[in-house]
Amino acid sequence: MLATLIIVFREVFEAGLIVGIVLAVTGSVPHRNSWIGGGVLTGLMAACVVAAFAGALSQLFEGMGQELFNAAILAVAVVMLTWHNVWMASHGREMAGQMRAAGQAVADGSKSLLALAVVVGVAVLREGSEVALFLYGILASDGGGSAASLALGGLAGLVLGAGVCLLTYSGLMRIPQKALFATTTTLITLLAAGMATQAIAFLERANWLISLDRVAWDSGWLISDRSIAGRTLHTLIGYTDQPTQMQLLVYVTVLLGTFLLMRLTATHPTGRGGSAVRERAI
Amino acid sequence: MSAVTMTMRLFLPAAIGAIALLQPAWAEPIAEILVTYSNGQFQPGVLNAPVDKPVVIHVKNLDAKALEFESTSLRVEKVVAAKSEGIVNVRALKAGRYEFYDDFNDKAHGALIVE
Repeated sequence: MLATLIIVFREVFEAGLIVGIVLAVTGSVPHRNSWIGGGVLTGLMAACVVAAFAGALSQLFEGMGQELFNAAILAVAVVMLTWHNVWMASHGREMAGQMRAAGQAVADGSKSLLALAVVVGVAVLREGSEVALFLYGILASDGGGSAASLALGGLAGLVLGAGVCLLTYSGLMRIPQKALFATTTTLITLLAAGMATQAIAFLERANWLISLDRVAWDSGWLISDRSIAGRTLHTLIGYTDQPTQMQLLVYVTVLLGTFLLMRLTATHPTGRGGSAVRERAI
Repeated sequence: MSAVTMTMRLFLPAAIGAIALLQPAWAEPIAEILVTYSNGQFQPGVLNAPVDKPVVIHVKNLDAKALEFESTSLRVEKVVAAKSEGIVNVRALKAGRYEFYDDFNDKAHGALIVE
């Protein structure tokens, strides 16, 4: 049971962090719970489908189907997160200032919510499919322990993951309203850059990307990828103890790209919100 | 929406550039290794590979459980579904010992010796 708990928790942890951040980001947007809930549910269902067809998926692209699939959905999440940031930069202030008709604001808000719901769905899908595969394997094998202990371990892992989500959310909610926008923008930007480097890692594993694949440094002695700190930082800012040069390049590109896009599209670039974002983004 | 058009305009060339960089790398000679997994153990437990050559590890899972072939030093992580085979690409390696394990089962581990 304990082994099940640990493995389920490890997978759920990452999704929990991301859902917590998204909940904080969308704090005051109407209908956000149904959007995010929808994202989680869709992600769960998709995870089961992916797990059921994991064998077939692996066989695609000369055995690299899994890697390319992961790279593709991560890329979608990166685009969604970036789009959300850019959209917030150009519309967030208007919405906050109630300069638009309420109906229009809600409609626009939904567009951004859809992007974040997709991100949540992708996070749940990625972690969930591994959990489903793992649990299914235990159920299918003969000597794998009783179904009850499996369910108990899985459930406990899930509850702990939800706890991570709640802690992240309530932690972020302690930040004063004024600083919250800048904080979440920074978090989302780092999240996007981190996901982009993970996508690069998958492309490298698939041998689809071989340029600049030399490892730039090894900081495993300081923070190992397998430690709790390493896993947390991996999710939040894309930390990896042995990044390749290409990963670093893409990381910096996404950070700079988001920063530039936000500058270009901001409605009031001299406003307080804008300058706060600028400081954090650098 | 202007933000979207702007996003597209800036992202598109970047995306095209990125795709141009993508190319399967089959030019170099590679070493292929087979490792099977049954009853929760890797067989053989110690693999050998030549120095400075890309390695392809075929992980054949004979068990009814999924496994996750993982190694921090090799920088690989691959879920192999029950009763199926996974292919793991590894870059050209320096001489040394590289540990790997099943992330779903802490009793299963092995090592790749590069010399």
